[in-house]
Amino acid sequence: MTAKGLSGSSVSILIGGEAGQGLSRSGTLLGKALMRGGLHVFGSIDYPSVIRGSHNFYTLTASDEEVHSNGDSVDIVLALNKETVLLHVDELSPGGVIVYDEGIEISSDELGRDDVQLLPFPLTSIVKEIGGPEVIRNTVALGAGLGLVGYDVEAMKSVISDVFAGRDAIIEMNHTAIERGYGYAREHYADALSIELKSSGMSPDRIIVTGNEAVALGAIAAGCRFYAAYPMTPASAVLHYLISTEEETGMTVVQTESEISALNMVVGASYAGVRAMTATSGGGFCLMTEALSLAAMTESPLVLMLGQRPGPSTGLATYTSQGDLLFAVHAAHGEFPRVVVAPGDVEECFHLTMEAFNLAERYQIQSIIVTDKHIIESHKSTPAFEPKAGIDRGELEIVDEWGGEEEYKRYRITESGVSPRILPGTRGATVFANSNEHNEYGYTTSERLETVMMVDKRMRKGYSLRAEIEGLSPVKVYGPEDADVTLVGWGSTKGATLEGIKTLERDGVKARFVQVVYIEPFPSEAFKAALGSGGRRLLIEGNKTGQLGQIIKLHTGIAFEDTLLKYDGRPFTPGEIAAKARKVL
Amino acid sequence: MVELKDLGTPAVNTWCPGCGNFGILMTFKNALVELGLEREKVAIVSGIGCHGKITDYVNVNALHTIHGRVLPTATGVKLANHDLTVVGFAGDGDAYNIGIGHLPHAARRNVDVTYVVHDNLVYGLTTGQTSPTSRRGYVSKTSPRGSFEPGINPLTQALASDASFVARGFAGEPHHLRELFKQAISHEGFALVDVLQPCVTWNRVNTYQFFRERVYKLEEEGHDPGSFDEAYRKVREWGDRIPIGVLYREERPVYRSNFPALEKGPLARQSLERVDVKGLLKEFK
Repeated sequence: MTAKGLSGSSVSILIGGEAGQGLSRSGTLLGKALMRGGLHVFGSIDYPSVIRGSHNFYTLTASDEEVHSNGDSVDIVLALNKETVLLHVDELSPGGVIVYDEGIEISSDELGRDDVQLLPFPLTSIVKEIGGPEVIRNTVALGAGLGLVGYDVEAMKSVISDVFAGRDAIIEMNHTAIERGYGYAREHYADALSIELKSSGMSPDRIIVTGNEAVALGAIAAGCRFYAAYPMTPASAVLHYLISTEEETGMTVVQTESEISALNMVVGASYAGVRAMTATSGGGFCLMTEALSLAAMTESPLVLMLGQRPGPSTGLATYTSQGDLLFAVHAAHGEFPRVVVAPGDVEECFHLTMEAFNLAERYQIQSIIVTDKHIIESHKSTPAFEPKAGIDRGELEIVDEWGGEEEYKRYRITESGVSPRILPGTRGATVFANSNEHNEYGYTTSERLETVMMVDKRMRKGYSLRAEIEGLSPVKVYGPEDADVTLVGWGSTKGATLEGIKTLERDGVKARFVQVVYIEPFPSEAFKAALGSGGRRLLIEGNKTGQLGQIIKLHTGIAFEDTLLKYDGRPFTPGEIAAKARKVL
Repeated sequence: MVELKDLGTPAVNTWCPGCGNFGILMTFKNALVELGLEREKVAIVSGIGCHGKITDYVNVNALHTIHGRVLPTATGVKLANHDLTVVGFAGDGDAYNIGIGHLPHAARRNVDVTYVVHDNLVYGLTTGQTSPTSRRGYVSKTSPRGSFEPGINPLTQALASDASFVARGFAGEPHHLRELFKQAISHEGFALVDVLQPCVTWNRVNTYQFFRERVYKLEEEGHDPGSFDEAYRKVREWGDRIPIGVLYREERPVYRSNFPALEKGPLARQSLERVDVKGLLKEFK
């Protein structure tokens, strides 16, 4: 391969058009084809909250090195309409090309630069010749893109065969579309780009998934058997995937009438002894806060994924944000321990979800997995998931008969604060979970000493949890110890930060990244150790008020002078981070 | 098979003397005994209000949940372990104000849960405010000029929501009510029993006398609970005559039959040996 692009050998492709033109699907198919060829892939979709019309685009980066995010420029724009050309021409790297339908009237003068090429393709004519619907212009365009980089078209065709399995006419039509687009590119524009990507052969044990899929798979691997949720962007895909796999997984999945219903239903299922979960976004989480408090008081374990998007209120429904961290940490009335964990990539989405279930059940608390649109709706290639964590249900005993010497007490006071747990339905015992303050048996109380005893018990669980978190790799460090600048962040900014570090390295700047994974309980010791004492520091967050920064200051006293805060609804780019890091030096 | 004495708890009962809740409590316990249920196999869910304390007074599995959310909570319990007999208790405020949004869905799902509503046409525990079932003109500290709206009709709501068992009872007719409870609990599917009861502390209108002068038993007047149209006419009857009994009943598939995993038995007792995700990952390769 010829070197070009971000680093190593890579290509960055943007496919854009109107909503309804199959862009998301195209991006997914392309990513899969490139992944099957042995390349590393990252792709993300950008779309407003509209079903038809309006501008959507999918940006994908493929490389022989691991790709954590898209870059600051693209090499190829596949434009299904003129709007795409004009909106993205500035993002093209010098020497980049624009594939567009030759029927569109556009001239180089409109581009505003002379170092990129317009490559007209007969997209519509080809589609008409094939006799397909207009939407497969995107497939022709994909073929064109592959042709421009000389990538083996068979991988793409095999992806299409798999994705449309059983629908032979569709497969054939799409195959033809790919071939025609590819052929035209090779014939007319073989030298347009100085990139040539080659398949390195099949990598059977790699996958390409979104964060939503990874979280869902993590839940399945964790033995979650009940999932109730209300559709809300960007979290709905977890619901879709879990319903589609109900028969294989043995999960019971319910689309509820509201988010209020969802979390209350989860609490009911948890009370009855089933691992239960929901997912939502900020507005839905607002509705869930009362049930979260209920879960805490009744000590009902559960897992909740919060997929952030910009608020307040409806905000930017289809964009990304890190604006709800403090909300996740503090939500709901009353004082009680919880887990708040923030995966930074799809691998962590899978593994941390498994850990979240274990922590929830072992401490009989609630685990909140904080993600965002960028991480849960973007695709990343990765080795096929292998569960690391086992299934640890803590003090839950599933027996037919209660064998204890004394009467079963749901809230028995123990040293750790965690009480033995049995299933309602166990002979010889009854389980009383109470949203009122209660005594050890669960009966309502407002007595002073009993109240203090129970508050202490619940918080005691949190102290044990805090100690355990420090040992769970709650803070990860990437990069050299003797770095000139330390970048601090959480969640999906990990991707752009890791790429930004590569960019800085090329410019001779040594940077390292301290990723805070567990936010609550906050791992003060692990954080201080990771942060170290030398060099400049930069806090990077996708919000206006530096929420992780506030949490860090609260727990450690450490404040950040330099911050890079982004709140336009878009993910960070490596270039933005590298530029700011250089300024900070 | 549980005996009455096993159903008592050490909790001190704090309901007002003469409260209709006592009748409901006794009747419920008697129904459990007569149905021959084991107390460990019964799970009750209560909401917030005077009714909510019932979980402190019956020695079965219990989940005292939050205001208005008995139905989704009970649904979660039942789906997680359908071997449990699940009975939800709510008040009229709990069920028909804050919680009414859940009623159509629990009903149309036909989740196998019995929903007993302690309908005293007032807010008791929060000291006497007007309730959604209070009749128009009801005077309270929150409707000093008399309530503006007509009372919500829970039975109409239930029928409109495709509930498969709709009944109304009266706490002052405990034998009749016991039969209703038994039928509701035995019914395969969602069963609503709206129980008219006096609140002796706050509601000076809908008293024992008020109800005694008006209620009549549908069974004694040849009502056919199999007829939706007849039920729909009967449910709107209120005034000099208030019908109690089973208004409507039908049989149709229960919610759990929708879920393949539940065919194997209660979800909570299914083994959690790690699910192999390898097969699922094929789709992403």
